[in-house]
Amino acid sequence: MSDTLYDEIQREIAKYPDRRSAILPALRHAQEHYGWLSPEALEAVADGLDLPPARCLAVASFYDMFFLQPVGEHVVEVCTNLSCAMIGADRLLREFERELDVKAPGTSADGKITLRCVECMGGCGWGPVVSVDEDYEEHFQIEDVAPLLERLRSTSRPSESHA
Amino acid sequence: MPEAPTFAQPDPSALLLPFAGSRREIAEYEANGGYDSLRKSLGMTSEQIVDEMIASNIRGRGGAGFPAGKKASFLAQGVDRYLVVNGDESEPGTFKDREIILRNPHMLIEGIIIYLWMIRGAGAYIYIRGEYAKEAAILEGAIAQAREKGYIGSPLPGTDYVANVYVHRGAGAYICGEETALLSSLNGERGQPTAKPPFPAVSGAFKKPTLLNNVETVATVPIILGMGGAAYAGVGTEQSTGTKMFSLSGHARHTGNYEMPLSATYRDLIEGKGGGVPEGRTLKAFVPGGSSMPILMPNQLDTGLAFEAVVAAGSMAGSGAVIVVDDRTCMVRFALRTAEFYMHESCGKCTPCREGTRWIAELLRKQEMGLGTLEEIDLLLDICNRVEGNCLCVLGDACAMPVRSHINNFRHEFEEHCRLGRCSCPDDAPMSELYPPLLKAPLPMVAH
Repeated sequence: MSDTLYDEIQREIAKYPDRRSAILPALRHAQEHYGWLSPEALEAVADGLDLPPARCLAVASFYDMFFLQPVGEHVVEVCTNLSCAMIGADRLLREFERELDVKAPGTSADGKITLRCVECMGGCGWGPVVSVDEDYEEHFQIEDVAPLLERLRSTSRPSESHA
Repeated sequence: MPEAPTFAQPDPSALLLPFAGSRREIAEYEANGGYDSLRKSLGMTSEQIVDEMIASNIRGRGGAGFPAGKKASFLAQGVDRYLVVNGDESEPGTFKDREIILRNPHMLIEGIIIYLWMIRGAGAYIYIRGEYAKEAAILEGAIAQAREKGYIGSPLPGTDYVANVYVHRGAGAYICGEETALLSSLNGERGQPTAKPPFPAVSGAFKKPTLLNNVETVATVPIILGMGGAAYAGVGTEQSTGTKMFSLSGHARHTGNYEMPLSATYRDLIEGKGGGVPEGRTLKAFVPGGSSMPILMPNQLDTGLAFEAVVAAGSMAGSGAVIVVDDRTCMVRFALRTAEFYMHESCGKCTPCREGTRWIAELLRKQEMGLGTLEEIDLLLDICNRVEGNCLCVLGDACAMPVRSHINNFRHEFEEHCRLGRCSCPDDAPMSELYPPLLKAPLPMVAH
């Protein structure tokens, strides 16, 4: 287990009167380190929190933002909830699927980009909203799809972007 | 693409966001009277602060509309008491707390410190939804600035009380906006609701007495102390005081957040601020307070934004998320998309919700594909009735209430789908690509 992840988890624990409350931040740090919550990552979280790995998995599996399977270098999420769907998110999603040649949820054949649809992200007034590596792109139009994918294909995910 | 949602024009009648752009720097916030209310509160007793909140008659801005002053007065005594701020904001159509954090984060931080001082709290946790990464970083920045100024982490002037404020990020779960689920999540569990009692005021964060309020409610605390509770109560209506943020989305011309006095009407918001529906279209319906609320019809546009006015119109003001629906929209599809969301977000703890939301969504998918029957329209209503009111929290109700209203108001559209065996909307109607007829097989009609 990496020392820095262990240290990060201890810093999170210090914010709470009960170490169990640090499980979400600990899982987030582990996902940033390992790319997804692999069995190894969950072991690291369990060690850092002094909790059983099964409990870490039980909590992680409840939340949509934790990946229990490997994902691409970049994650593109299209909001398909009411407000975005009503103004074209549906066509946007199909365009992403066509460009990436993958059905959401899925990862492009080169392993570079994971596409999935998500529920309301709270950008409804500026929709359709697309989240790219946890960064919102608003008023996203069909003609923005190809340039975005071009950019993502040529860059690696900035690690620890929100640590 | 526009990056941050900011208003180009100041709105002098607003209380929370009267200025254009944002005030993220503490110097700018203080130059405009920021942290004056905190200083004022330090000369007040806890009871005096609670009394001001009660006098303001402000109702909680998270959705339920419970009087915030009364809630503060309920908090149990104890050595370790906590303040938890609900910034999970996940009700579809709602994006108001985000705007407050993006544009005026220090007003929230000031409100938190005043409330902490009021309860002599051991600490405050802002539970912000995980997707709001940028907003969480802005809050961390505001906390760091307040710490530098001595408002956080060191004794408040003239007292020996130290305020501690932390940001706690969620990880993607709608249900964590429900107070007991939020506390389960903060306590390191799966985010599932728990039975009440015990109420959070007795056993909440870390099993200690906890005061839990929405971001907008807490951000309003400095305003109330600044102008006085009685003066605040003079804005809005008698039962719904002050101004409130409304998130306008869907088929309105100018979507976005608008801060409105609660004496205004939906017409003021949708037509006045939002510019109505685009040229050549007509208003079909509108969601008055988030996708979980019964839909209202165009002839109800003059309904007041006040909590009691929306109830009298047969719905609820909820989170203040207003979704405008124009005449091209298929309401069966609209109902389906609504139900699918709640099906996905059901935590699975209570059987009526876990099973009911699934059956509602599956039957609606059959309806939308033209494979449903007239009997199944009544079956849908029957399932809605069996879900509502039968669970620990109101997520099941949040699915049943709107779907029932969609059927009751637009039954002819459901019947037409049954009669034609298909949806008669044109190919370019909203949401058509999500449900391409005949390409998507219906889900197997079995419980699981």
